[in-house]
Amino acid sequence: MKLRICHLYPDLLNLYGDRGNILALVRRAQWYGLEVSVVSKGLGESVDPREFDLFFIGGGEDRQQRLAARDLREVKGEALREAAASGKVILGVCGGYQLLGHAYRPAEGEDLEGLGLLDVVTVHPGKAAKRLIGNIVIRCALLGGRTLVGFENHGGRTALGSGVRPLGVVLAGFGNNGEDGTEGAVCGNVYGTYLHGPLLPKNPAFADFLIARALETRYGKVHLRALDDRVEEEAHRAAAALALRGRPWGARVLAKISGRESARGKFDPQGRKAREESKT
Amino acid sequence: MSLRLTTAITLGRLAALASRSLGLGGGTTIPGRVARAVEPQLVRLLAQRLPFGTVVVTGTNGKTTTSRILAHIAELAALVPIHNRAGANLASGVATALLEHANYLGDLAGDLAILEIDEATLPKVFDALMPRVIVLTNLFRDQLDRYGELEVVAEGWRKALNQLPSDATVVLNVDDPLVAEVGRGVKGQRMTFGIEDERVALTVLEHAADARYCYHCGRPYQYTVVYFGHMGKYCCEGCGTRRLNPDVTAREIVLRGIEGSQFTIDGPRGSMRVRTALPGLYNVYNILAACAAAYSLGIAPETMERAIESFTPAFGRGERLQLNDRELVFLLVKNPAGFNAVLRTLLQGEQAPVVLIAINDLIADGRDISWLWDVDFEMLCGRVKGLVVTGRRAEEMALRLKYAGVEPGRIVVEKDGKRAVLRAVAMAEEGEKVFLLPTYTAMLQLRAILQRMGVVSGFWRQ
Ligand SMILES: [Zn+2]
Repeated sequence: MKLRICHLYPDLLNLYGDRGNILALVRRAQWYGLEVSVVSKGLGESVDPREFDLFFIGGGEDRQQRLAARDLREVKGEALREAAASGKVILGVCGGYQLLGHAYRPAEGEDLEGLGLLDVVTVHPGKAAKRLIGNIVIRCALLGGRTLVGFENHGGRTALGSGVRPLGVVLAGFGNNGEDGTEGAVCGNVYGTYLHGPLLPKNPAFADFLIARALETRYGKVHLRALDDRVEEEAHRAAAALALRGRPWGARVLAKISGRESARGKFDPQGRKAREESKT
Repeated sequence: MSLRLTTAITLGRLAALASRSLGLGGGTTIPGRVARAVEPQLVRLLAQRLPFGTVVVTGTNGKTTTSRILAHIAELAALVPIHNRAGANLASGVATALLEHANYLGDLAGDLAILEIDEATLPKVFDALMPRVIVLTNLFRDQLDRYGELEVVAEGWRKALNQLPSDATVVLNVDDPLVAEVGRGVKGQRMTFGIEDERVALTVLEHAADARYCYHCGRPYQYTVVYFGHMGKYCCEGCGTRRLNPDVTAREIVLRGIEGSQFTIDGPRGSMRVRTALPGLYNVYNILAACAAAYSLGIAPETMERAIESFTPAFGRGERLQLNDRELVFLLVKNPAGFNAVLRTLLQGEQAPVVLIAINDLIADGRDISWLWDVDFEMLCGRVKGLVVTGRRAEEMALRLKYAGVEPGRIVVEKDGKRAVLRAVAMAEEGEKVFLLPTYTAMLQLRAILQRMGVVSGFWRQ
């Protein structure tokens, strides 16, 4: 089996360690014994949706986001709509998430038209408004209530329409808009989120979920054996602990995260299993 | 002379004394904060009394080292410079530095101020300082959660430079397209610097390069030479924008890893071959920046040469210490381009090194650590003798190394700073080097630990 990844605008939308997301997908696919390819598609380059199973689009500064928005509209829009319609996985983080929605209204300048793959609209309330910045933890229903951890830093406030479900419920942090307690958006196999940090390395369950979904559109149901994720889970737990510090329910959430970990064996950075795993 | 200024100075001094005797730390910002609360015009009132004016050094990387080299050059030119302490580069740190050198009447014991200023703080203090020379080193992504985005910083610089009097000089790194762009519209004098040596170039643009697209027409820059990050020789095929020719250049560069380098500097007043103890190509840029600034102050090249040869690394910037017959080398890390430059330098040695990485995520480090994923740790695979990670985000650092291809079994995660240092030291043989790569607050913590072990002296005396 082969996982075919399309990285959109890697040299334009790469603001918050976004290549870590690609790295997580590639490494994990390799550890699962899959073949994997990553093709970068920049400004002006057309995309054939049949060539890929998973599309990733990261975040950028205003100027870069504007360049990408125009290119999405004029060059790649049709292909990505076709990809979404045929169930391919599309993940947008931060600025990429905003561009998967209907529109983004920046603090200054004209509105950016999005792809409309997610029924969301993002509005920046103006330069004087506080950016939503900090560590964030959400509970993700798609993953059976597991937590996702990351860092968010966005001026835009995203409102969800009736055509999407949130990716998760905010346990600590701001999420879509800092008001309704939702974070991210999901519609079919299109996922948008403000969690960077980057997202996938320290949320291996979500990385695996996306890999499985991406393979299923081509190969039918797949089963991925468990990897040794002790290093990943320790990073996950540490990030969650920092974000949840001082929250009344923080200890309970952490206990749940740690409980899952101890069921798999205690964290052991010198572990023999981890060593074997990285060789494959 | 106002009573308010005297009161401000007095209270600031008391605050300095209190924070020192209570052991509250270096006291590099509190005195300034106290004094400015009493006299908001403190910085302006003090700065305007300097006979040789103020030199401001700003940019993402190299501020501390560049301003320290320049201060050393000034001292050898028989001037008495006032400078702020490493990292105390926000408005309160600047005020503290001036305060420390003022008597109760507001007279300053110095000829000129050489101040490193945080890149985002520059617009806030520019008007009060009205610098005579302003040095722009480079612009990289750094601590985004605190500073907003690169373009915002560049825009702040542009606005600040618009207020410059026409007799002021802007010293610019022309190898950085973003810095060059800021300098393009400057009204005052310009003194530019850059590297002219293709042999020390990288083969491709690093992932950590930021300014990839033309600021006029949006097309990708074409690079014929890349030195590090997005520093190099570039041009835009769309609108013809290209790198300016530098006034002060370095050529025939011989890099000797952590031991320093040798190179030839060409300037408006001749050439000189210099040898420096500062490691890495990034320090060649720092030396060029300091020389370009010294030229604009009218200092003779012979003085610069002597200063470069006798300069010792600043606090945490290549500083060396001894512990149990191992040499500890401190190299501060704070963003991807700088981290890559440090990694390349420490891998230039003959032996595979022992490396300790200490990552914190406090405000002064940048709370967002996603930048670790933009550093090319892949280059460490199979080339280090030992790896220890510590700090508030040690677990994330270990994860980054795992995905870089380092075997997890080779990564020691040790949250306790002292034990981490001792484990790293134990991995090195007698006489070998241990590289300590901390973020800013992790560096202060490691320093404090080493101070308790009797290896280094206190922070505020640095
Ligand atoms: Zn152009």
